[in-house]
Amino acid sequence: MVMSALISPSAASATSCYHCGLPVPVGSHWQVDIEGAQQAMCCPGCAAVAQAIVDNGLTDYYRNRLSLPAGVAETVPDALKLYDTPELAAKFSAADGGAEATLSVEGIRCAACVWLIEKRLSQVPGLSAANLNVATEKLYVRWDATACKPSDILQAVREVGYTAYPFDPIQHGELLRKNARTLFKRLFVAGLSMMQVMMYAVPAYLAGASAIEPDMEKLMRWASLVLTLPAVLYSAEPFFRGAWTDLKQRVLGMDVPVALGIGAAFIGSLYATLANHGDVYFDSVTMFIFLLLGSRYVELVARRRAAASLETMQHALPDSAWLMKDFPATRETTLVAALTLRAGDVILSKPGEPVPADSVLIDGVTSVDLSLLTGESAPQKKGIGEQVVGGAVNVSAPVVLRVEKVAQDSTLSALIRLIERAGQGKPMITQWADRVAAWFVGALLVLALLVFAFWLWHDAARAWPVAIAVLVVSCPCALSLATPSALAAATDRLLQQGVLVIRPHVLETLDRATHVVFDKTGTLTEGRPVLRKVTRLGRLSEAQVLQIAATLEAGSAHPIAHALASRLDSGWQAEDAAFVPGQGIAASIDGHRYRIGSARFVAGLAGNLPEHRAAAGVTEVYLGSEHEWLARFELADGLKSDAKPTIDWFKSQGRRVILLSGDAQEIALQVGTALAMDEAHGDMLPQQKMAFVQDLQRKGAVVAMVGDGINDAAVLRAADVSFAMGSGAALAQAHADAVLLSASLSSLHDAAQAARDCMRVIRQNLAWAALYNLVAIPAAAFGVLSPWMSGVGMSASSALVVLNALRLQRVAPR
Amino acid sequence: MESLYLLIPLSIAVIFFALWIFFRAMDSGQFDDLEGPALRILQDDDSVHENPATPGIPVKK
Repeated sequence: MVMSALISPSAASATSCYHCGLPVPVGSHWQVDIEGAQQAMCCPGCAAVAQAIVDNGLTDYYRNRLSLPAGVAETVPDALKLYDTPELAAKFSAADGGAEATLSVEGIRCAACVWLIEKRLSQVPGLSAANLNVATEKLYVRWDATACKPSDILQAVREVGYTAYPFDPIQHGELLRKNARTLFKRLFVAGLSMMQVMMYAVPAYLAGASAIEPDMEKLMRWASLVLTLPAVLYSAEPFFRGAWTDLKQRVLGMDVPVALGIGAAFIGSLYATLANHGDVYFDSVTMFIFLLLGSRYVELVARRRAAASLETMQHALPDSAWLMKDFPATRETTLVAALTLRAGDVILSKPGEPVPADSVLIDGVTSVDLSLLTGESAPQKKGIGEQVVGGAVNVSAPVVLRVEKVAQDSTLSALIRLIERAGQGKPMITQWADRVAAWFVGALLVLALLVFAFWLWHDAARAWPVAIAVLVVSCPCALSLATPSALAAATDRLLQQGVLVIRPHVLETLDRATHVVFDKTGTLTEGRPVLRKVTRLGRLSEAQVLQIAATLEAGSAHPIAHALASRLDSGWQAEDAAFVPGQGIAASIDGHRYRIGSARFVAGLAGNLPEHRAAAGVTEVYLGSEHEWLARFELADGLKSDAKPTIDWFKSQGRRVILLSGDAQEIALQVGTALAMDEAHGDMLPQQKMAFVQDLQRKGAVVAMVGDGINDAAVLRAADVSFAMGSGAALAQAHADAVLLSASLSSLHDAAQAARDCMRVIRQNLAWAALYNLVAIPAAAFGVLSPWMSGVGMSASSALVVLNALRLQRVAPR
Repeated sequence: MESLYLLIPLSIAVIFFALWIFFRAMDSGQFDDLEGPALRILQDDDSVHENPATPGIPVKK
């Protein structure tokens, strides 16, 4: 056991409370005897809790805890100020001087809440971005630290009736569970109440009103009233509260017509029961509440499932690691907290356990399972000197690793941060649906009023039930749920397949794309060219030119650098290295200037080169000094096995498939012909690639670009939708809209298929919502539908929309 | 038919009793984990905390 790894506040500061870690006020005398030592407590509350823990023999808690008890930062208004302390402010600060945070938001009921929160936040001075993800209930905010404080943001969210606090995965899971539990309780109450009220209502329906004695009917009504009360007061409470918050904000949310419908039906029935004449709708009220809660429960379950894959990733990094302190000397291990690992530490990875941090294998051979990170299910063999990513599961043998990056900076953590921000903006189609829904509610209320007035004049007895039916039947839930539920389900499925969607518009745009543009190296080809042949052109020996070339390429992430890296010997140092994207590298070694790269680039230093024709499929890299040409390296790169099927599939979908490559025209053409692509262009500089894409766009094309490496950053930004290969140069994905984590082209195929499915489901959902409302609202307005039929229709249509979206989560077999 | 004057109020009482039982069960966390208890009953808790001097012998309670 290593104590330093565990949280022990007394070690950190003599004046902090041993139990909760808060500072102990001067002169306080609360102390508790814990394992023979007197420990200071900040308040009688902590002292009592600590004493209870000791008395119950649970002292192990202090020995084993890895974090201080939660609840210190409880979100009551005073406690909000806690978030303004400098320590927490440092946690929020972003790279460019602003501040950013991901907050958990409690109490999101439907898509309309998102709009409300974002609108309120837009009024906070100094806030530059606020994006709420409905699927994960997380709010991403950026603000200017000089203009507003974190507590202002939390306070603003509270004002509109939600609770927000800094995101913490464990607390977040707890919150989702708590919400699901409360919702289930409400659903159960509504269901039980509905069934029993129905029992009282059915005799009247079956026998006809006149067949039942008036006394008995009165008794049944009163019994129904008593049983409807819990459904209205407890189960329907979120609708009333939501509607009230909406109205206070002068917004027409989805809860408004729902609350009005329930309220009107209940009050009408209450009046009829008390006055003993007129119709009662207790059965409709309880059924409506039950069905609506039922469809919300289904939505919540769907959201939890969408959030589940994210949580699995967050828990993938283990808490502890086996540290080998004096590795080469002894193989003794100590268990330490993974957070305390530093770069250079040597750790033991046991089979079956996840690797705690990005590291390099230094002893042994094993296979690792990367399925969580890349979606690739086959284990990969790893030998000495190879990289092992944190979160990968060691499947075969114990191996010794040297930590390269601490857990917080690991690839997995970077990915999680990307994912957290992913899907936080909103695609056009969702914004459109939200706007329509808001207008729809307004128009609906006016219509209900008109219908009520008409029936009051035409047939006063039916005015009340008809108005209720109109309000109930037309709830725009289906309209508002149609797109977000489909997008969340499709994004979740893609993550399981190894495609990380970062920008929200990816699925929408990919489906519309008319042209798919590929980069060659690392995208269509393996990206690992091997050195085939070295031809000397000058005086230097083969060994010497290889040395020079390897030294020049040492700092580059270009694939060609890897082919040469194995020849690298220490002791040589390149100075004044200048990288010219798409062309090569210029640098000095020992005062001599060298260039490596394309013939044209090296010619700028070494003069003209005698004509030479490259063999097809071979990349030529030249090396030259200021005096002469030194060597020609021939590198060959194989096509990826899934390149051909993917290209064929896109062609069968009627998309134009284009290759843009920085390599020679001949090689580009050769690859293009091998894959039967529509066009292939070689010798393209980054600017030319970008101009090419922009030219296509001017002609009305929607361009999807798949690329890799730094060379492609500009063209990836220019394309309508862009994909980066996950193994690309140091996660250059910041510029891409989506990342193919497994670096295989078949996942692009998956993405395109998911995009098509998703758009189809959205269109189905929107069409259904529109058709349903077009038929149901007139039917209700003309008095064809009774309130209970409206309740069934509305809830069924919402449930249908959510269930239809859930189909997207299933991975279709190919 | 007079029996209904007793049975209907009785049915209301039964419903509220059922709700009370359900809320108690829900709040005590019975529905949180529907698989764990079935597995937990298979585990014998025969670790020896009180008496480390005699390992391996379950403490009789």
